[in-house]
Amino acid sequence: MNRRAGSVARLATPVKAWGQRFALLLLISAAVGLMVLGKADVALVERARTTLADGVAPILEVASQPVVAFNGMVEHAHQLLALTAENKILREQNRRLEHWQMVARRLEAENKALRKVLNVTAEPAVAYATARVIGDQGGAFVRSVLVNAGQTDGVLRGQAALTSEGLAGRVAESGQRTARVLLITDMNSRIPVFVGESRERAVLAGDNTAQPHLVYLGRQAQLAPGERVVTSGHGGVFPPGLPIGTVASLADGTVRVQPFVDWSTMEYLRLANYELPGVLSDFHEGAEQARGAR
Amino acid sequence: MRPAALHRLDWLARSASPVAISLLLVILGMVPLQIPDVTPVIPAWALIAVYYWSVHRPDLMPIWAVFIIGLVQDLLGGGYPGVGILALLLVHQFVASQRRTFARASFQLLWLIFALIAAAAVALMWLLNCLLQQQLLEVDPALFQYLTTLAVYPCLAWLFAQAQRSFLS
Repeated sequence: MNRRAGSVARLATPVKAWGQRFALLLLISAAVGLMVLGKADVALVERARTTLADGVAPILEVASQPVVAFNGMVEHAHQLLALTAENKILREQNRRLEHWQMVARRLEAENKALRKVLNVTAEPAVAYATARVIGDQGGAFVRSVLVNAGQTDGVLRGQAALTSEGLAGRVAESGQRTARVLLITDMNSRIPVFVGESRERAVLAGDNTAQPHLVYLGRQAQLAPGERVVTSGHGGVFPPGLPIGTVASLADGTVRVQPFVDWSTMEYLRLANYELPGVLSDFHEGAEQARGAR
Repeated sequence: MRPAALHRLDWLARSASPVAISLLLVILGMVPLQIPDVTPVIPAWALIAVYYWSVHRPDLMPIWAVFIIGLVQDLLGGGYPGVGILALLLVHQFVASQRRTFARASFQLLWLIFALIAAAAVALMWLLNCLLQQQLLEVDPALFQYLTTLAVYPCLAWLFAQAQRSFLS
């Protein structure tokens, strides 16, 4: 009996070792295969991502509650401490904003009148979905967040993700209940922009640092720190004029842009659908008519 | 249910705890903390978990589980899938090949070895990302992430040890 057990063990050990080596090779090949599939941007990988994100979303929603509550408390305490000073600042700001509101109203009326004169078609209506950031995909190689709104809320790939400060990113993948937003700082993010008063055309390219840089900038471009960077609308992904940030530095021929969005306090994102199918076709038809009328 | 079946269920749940803890850690690691500048340097939780359990309970951290943990991490993380998996598989394989050394190692030695392995793993991930991206990436983010991973290792190892003592002894 003992001898038989011994011989089984003698046989089993190499078989087991061989099996383990085989499993390792198989799994390593699978990992490499996944890399190739991921690089090729296969729909299967995207489906797997969104399905998993949808499945994990409830856990993340629950887990982020204490963080939200804690941050809320800390903020509340801060606000209580700075109440008087803040009030003063807000009153000042309010006065300034009231003035701006007046200016904006006048400009809006003027704009409307001029549009009417020129027969310009109206800008397409925008549908917003507001979503909470439930996952922050940290790490050295990716800058993206997971939000708790998906296709059921009308969130689709390519939509702009905004905070009250400005553009944060665009929807890279959308599942049923969740969507992944690729931030403008991610190394895969490329956004056509206008820079400064002269409206120089360029592309804002993320590189995983806090300040993305400008590429394809005209050689004659004269830029200064502090100039505003807004979306240009080229490429048709975003509408023109969404605020992104300001020129931060111009060292060694690289123009870096400081985004308006404060990444650490980014709790909610507005996902803006500028491409409502009905509105868009109306828009195109309108444009055709305007062209025909001219 | 018969006591034997209950017993078996209990045993199963306990045996699954290392993998379950690792997966939970990968998911919870994504909760937005809203602390300035912490996101890029969030530690590589899966790396610590896979290393710890491969050293202490290799029987409960089989290689296919390592693959699944890596897959979940990569898919949720939004980067190229497969990069993290490959790093974790190689870490697991290295630990398995040096089992005798690890069996007698002190905590300090384990930490030191982890420092070397994690450096190799982060370097590999950086290299693969460069290849897939077809451009030279900045080294700093990877370096900082490596340092935070190294720094939280003792805390996490302590927590894992508590879990090991209460579930698995």
